[in-house]
Amino acid sequence: MMTMKKFLYLFLGVDDSGLSPAELQQRMQRRIAWIQELSKAGHFHASERLEKSATTVSVKGNAKTVTDGPFAEAKDVVGGFLIVTAKDLEQAAELAKGCPIFEAGGRVEVRAIVETHA
Amino acid sequence: MSEGGRETGVAEHLFRHEAGRITAALVRVLGLHNLDLAEEVTQDTLLRALEVWQLGVPDDPAGWLIRVARNRAIDVIRRERAFRRFAPDLTRLLESEWMLAPTVDDAFFAHEIRDAQLCVMFCCAHPSLPPPAQVAVMLKTLCGFSVGEIAHAFLVPETTIEKRLSRAYAELRTHRNFLDAVTGPHVPERLASVHASLYLLFNEGYHGSHPEHAVREELCGEAMRLCALLAEHPAGDVPRTHALFALFCFHAVRLGTRTDASGALQLLAEQDRSRWDRALIARGEASLSRASTGNELSAYHVEAAIAACHATAASFADTDWRSIVNLYDVLLRIRPSAVVALNRAIAVGYADGPAFGLDAIDALARETSLAAYPFLDAARGDFLRALGRTAEAHASFERAIARARNDAERELLARKLRGG
Repeated sequence: MMTMKKFLYLFLGVDDSGLSPAELQQRMQRRIAWIQELSKAGHFHASERLEKSATTVSVKGNAKTVTDGPFAEAKDVVGGFLIVTAKDLEQAAELAKGCPIFEAGGRVEVRAIVETHA
Repeated sequence: MSEGGRETGVAEHLFRHEAGRITAALVRVLGLHNLDLAEEVTQDTLLRALEVWQLGVPDDPAGWLIRVARNRAIDVIRRERAFRRFAPDLTRLLESEWMLAPTVDDAFFAHEIRDAQLCVMFCCAHPSLPPPAQVAVMLKTLCGFSVGEIAHAFLVPETTIEKRLSRAYAELRTHRNFLDAVTGPHVPERLASVHASLYLLFNEGYHGSHPEHAVREELCGEAMRLCALLAEHPAGDVPRTHALFALFCFHAVRLGTRTDASGALQLLAEQDRSRWDRALIARGEASLSRASTGNELSAYHVEAAIAACHATAASFADTDWRSIVNLYDVLLRIRPSAVVALNRAIAVGYADGPAFGLDAIDALARETSLAAYPFLDAARGDFLRALGRTAEAHASFERAIARARNDAERELLARKLRGG
């Protein structure tokens, strides 16, 4: 059996706010259908959607501070993530091409998850 | 009846049909190994309906039940997903906060429910389970019967049904691949087992000794409902399934006329054929013609053809007994049994005359284990009487009465003795 690796998809640059409920529902249904397809094909590992609001924890001097933001520009908003299993980065990228995010002007960043072999 | 009581009646009628569908959908998501959890969710849903519907039944009761079951399932999965595994192919989706609800919703689409019901049916028909256990678990999971109702239907103690069910559940828990039940090389074997269980269920309703007509009719109805479901699905759409359904239809045609107003059994010759269900005859004929595609000839085909001869005869005298004898000859080759041989002998008597019938029966009585079967002596009595040998006929009927297995049979045979 071929060993499968895990890849992280970051969904970028799509803002769902401002959509009508019907449009939002349609968009969600397309995303759900795509993920269900991935799952049927055995590639699904995990996925969540992310809220737009964020806080950042950082270090200033020797104190950790919590600040609101980042208020990312629309093109940098991370809307959610998905972890797939695929045989290599090439397959992972190929699978990402089916994502409905492109219809909404977004993009997918595909990152291999580092595996440690004990 | 009080308003609340009537609502409850509506609920109970609907529950039978919806409980099985809901449980099947839940099993699809939760996994067959969580069958008891699925049943718990269904049960909670029905209890909730009984509470809420006191105030009025919703416009779409079935949709209401599905919504409540779906919400309840989502709650249960959220609560239990840290400790339990669910359907192996859905486990990861169910762990995702935003995919959880869509995944559960999917299982409740009509076609998904149908598929799930078929999978449950095939899983229940596992060859390691004895047929009575298969039937019990089908009635429980697919037909929404309680343990008490199954026990009542089969006239056995509840503890017997509980034992059958717990054995069946233990077996079902070992099934990992629920969806594989309707695909793969084991399908023909499972299908044969499903057929046998449905046949057993129908016969329990049709020939069973349960005193309540309503109970027996319901068992026949459930067997027909499951068989229709099977016939619609690619895994079950084979000539044999259609033959079985045709057989059920042609028998069910006379369900309403098998007993009179007082509940006494009515012989085929006595039944009011104008009350036979024409629509069912038509359904039976349609199924029998679907069963005749291909070159398979199963016992179900032959039994259906015999039942069709009876169902379509204008009167008892107009029955095509010659064809029936020929069909019994075929059936004796495919599935020989003493009862089939007796029925053949009786048909010979009607086709060729009582003397031939008597000879055939006497030959059987010497050869087979039927000597203690009351209907052998009853048939003998009929032919003896037709031959004018009244004293011998009476003796035969009296032997039959002594061998009757229940009051309904005793009453019927006593009526024959009186010559009525």
